[in-house]
Amino acid sequence: MATETPLVALSDARMHFGAVRALDGVSLTIRPGECVGLIGHNGAGKSTAVNVINGGLAPTAGTVTYALPDGSTGTGPAAARAAGIRSVFQELSLCPNLTVEENLRIPQRDLTGPGWRRRAARRISNALDAVFPGHRIRPKTTVGDLSLAERQMVEIAMGFAEGAAPARLVILDEPTSSLDASIAHHLMDHVKAFCARGGAVIFISHMLGEVFEVATRIDVMKDGKITDSRPRDGFTQQGLIDAMGHVASAPAEARRAASAAERIGEDVLLRTEEGLTARRGEIVGLSGLAGHGQAEALARFFLSRSAGMGHARRPEVVFVAGDRARDGIMPLWSILRNVSLTTLSALSRRGLVDRDAEARVGEDWRKRIGIRTGNMSNNILSLSGGNQQKVLFARSLASPAPIVVMDDPMRGVDVGTKREAYDMIRAEAEKGRTFLWYSTETEEVCRCDRVFVFRNGRISAELTGDEISEQHILAASFEMQEAAE
Amino acid sequence: MSARYRILLPVVSLAVLLAAVFYMQPRAMSYFGLNLLFNLAVPIALATVAQMMIIMVNDIDLSVGTFVSFVACVTATFLHDTPLLGGLILLAAIAGYAAIGALIEARQLPAIVVTLGMSFVWGGLAVLILPSPGGAAPDWIRTLMTAKPPLVPMAIVASVLLAVVAHVLIMRTSTGAILRAVGGNARAVGRSGWSLVQLRAGAYALAGLFGVLSGVTLVGLTTSADANIALRYTLLSIAGVILGGGEFTGGRISPVGAVIGALTLALAGSFLSFMRLSPDWQIGAQGAILILVLAVRLLFARSGRRKEAQHG
Repeated sequence: MATETPLVALSDARMHFGAVRALDGVSLTIRPGECVGLIGHNGAGKSTAVNVINGGLAPTAGTVTYALPDGSTGTGPAAARAAGIRSVFQELSLCPNLTVEENLRIPQRDLTGPGWRRRAARRISNALDAVFPGHRIRPKTTVGDLSLAERQMVEIAMGFAEGAAPARLVILDEPTSSLDASIAHHLMDHVKAFCARGGAVIFISHMLGEVFEVATRIDVMKDGKITDSRPRDGFTQQGLIDAMGHVASAPAEARRAASAAERIGEDVLLRTEEGLTARRGEIVGLSGLAGHGQAEALARFFLSRSAGMGHARRPEVVFVAGDRARDGIMPLWSILRNVSLTTLSALSRRGLVDRDAEARVGEDWRKRIGIRTGNMSNNILSLSGGNQQKVLFARSLASPAPIVVMDDPMRGVDVGTKREAYDMIRAEAEKGRTFLWYSTETEEVCRCDRVFVFRNGRISAELTGDEISEQHILAASFEMQEAAE
Repeated sequence: MSARYRILLPVVSLAVLLAAVFYMQPRAMSYFGLNLLFNLAVPIALATVAQMMIIMVNDIDLSVGTFVSFVACVTATFLHDTPLLGGLILLAAIAGYAAIGALIEARQLPAIVVTLGMSFVWGGLAVLILPSPGGAAPDWIRTLMTAKPPLVPMAIVASVLLAVVAHVLIMRTSTGAILRAVGGNARAVGRSGWSLVQLRAGAYALAGLFGVLSGVTLVGLTTSADANIALRYTLLSIAGVILGGGEFTGGRISPVGAVIGALTLALAGSFLSFMRLSPDWQIGAQGAILILVLAVRLLFARSGRRKEAQHG
């Protein structure tokens, strides 16, 4: 039967970049109706696997075969497009200077000639309506004017949009990293419906709950290989984390209550106009639905405290960016230069940077934080996303600033790196640093000592101690909207 | 600043400057006066559109001025004496521009360096063709540039036509959308299977085409050429693009704005003459006008962001 032929078949696919074996013999098939959850920590080869599956990279060895709609099979990027393989990439890949409808023109080559705009607008509107009912995104809006969440919604909708070759396999790489829970839920529903109609999806996410919700099969990748592949019910969450090679470190949780009391000082260290307060050594979480003013509150606070003379030498507050490409990394610089950025003035003597001291700081942080690189003078882009984020942590923590502001820093970071980062934050808090931590993941917020829930740009609840729980946060995020409906 | 308001500032600056000129010299408010004011703006506007094509793909072209001079020299000699050969040379020049674009993309070279180098090549070729000022304009271009259409002077008609053509080409067609996408996010374009070499070559070829038009129309106005005739076009064209609401990076450009920006810069020259400012000071004063307009734009952008923050 036609539906039984796999849409994509990888046979012992290998991808080597010099000495690095990004893919080390991967064989997998994806059939219509399947939703494959692909998990693994950063650097496990997921992104390479995606690029090999969608035809963007030709494997150095092995084969990738696509089933074309006419029943034949083919290889190469053109066949991948004809077979209806679509990819939604992890980092946002829209053109911010174009409108939503113009962006659809980039993957869809048949949008040309008179009336192409109208066709593009119809396709993207239909797709947005289907995936995210009630989205309020108009096709004539310039993408640069959209919020991060809305851009991600547009990108996902482009993956499912009608085109010359209808979408048959959509690869979603961290599709919900900027979406809040309710919008992510629309996506889950759409993925399930799409697969029920005979489409296929590869779903890559670090949110295991989502993977368990949509996937029919889960493939675990480690070191460029698929190490485990079972139907969803064959796994438990803990089992998955173990399979990825990171062992859960539960004691950190237990330590929390005991240490918090002595760690946190008495006096209020900072107070903002919104009503955010934090004490010395406290980890303060900002929560609520994405895009309700948390990032803006952090940015306002950071800018008000970081302006003025002398900030570079004795910073009062440092910033850990979540949008790495926009706010974080210096893409042309080495790892070391990226780490030492905030400490340069402390490292310099008579206006010249002491290169040896800089190298010592870099080496110290490479060990402390576990940046996986052989050489700190490699370009920052040679690191995987999670390791780039570690560099940003190192950059901020290397400075003596007593307050650290974090704008959703764990976006698209693997579970193992997250665990390491959590421990590091706690250790730094015990040394007396204060953290302001905005996160879109409730699990992270629950690690904080005090949580402010934002709604419509205002604080709707302040939670401490045992009050910090998913139910309370959700209640504070949603209350008003339910009442209005 | 969203695209809709992007065009507002250049329009207002042109209107303010025009009002100032009319106030100081009411006789300029006539068919003849307007033609005189804007006549030399047409080649500048064409050069500005050429520069815009390059800025659109996140590059900058430092060879526009010498390229236009080179084209002017070819027009006043070869295109006048042996039109077929002249036309072929100009076509080859456009192909040369496309090749530069392809080279910049294929070898990942910085455009600013390559075009700076090319400016010496074009300048040298211009001197070889026309060592001393001279030559003659082909009759057809002379006729075209000195035509007197009813009601509206030729300079205005040509500017409007240029703005419309450039707008449709870049902002409305699907090819234009892809070219702007290269400036916005080249990686995403490449990943969708487009050839970035071809696209960048295409943008440069368009720049070459408009540069050629600029040189030809310039000779149509001046009737003769000189190897240094358009050197200041390089900076004028960059200023025109930015004045017209364009940005150096991100593929954010406005063709209509670029034409208006070029007209504003040309008008600023006339305005300063009317103020009886010595030519020695004019370039500085032109710069001051540019800084003023850009400062206003920054203020607008800031208040726009503040409003967004309040509503957001």
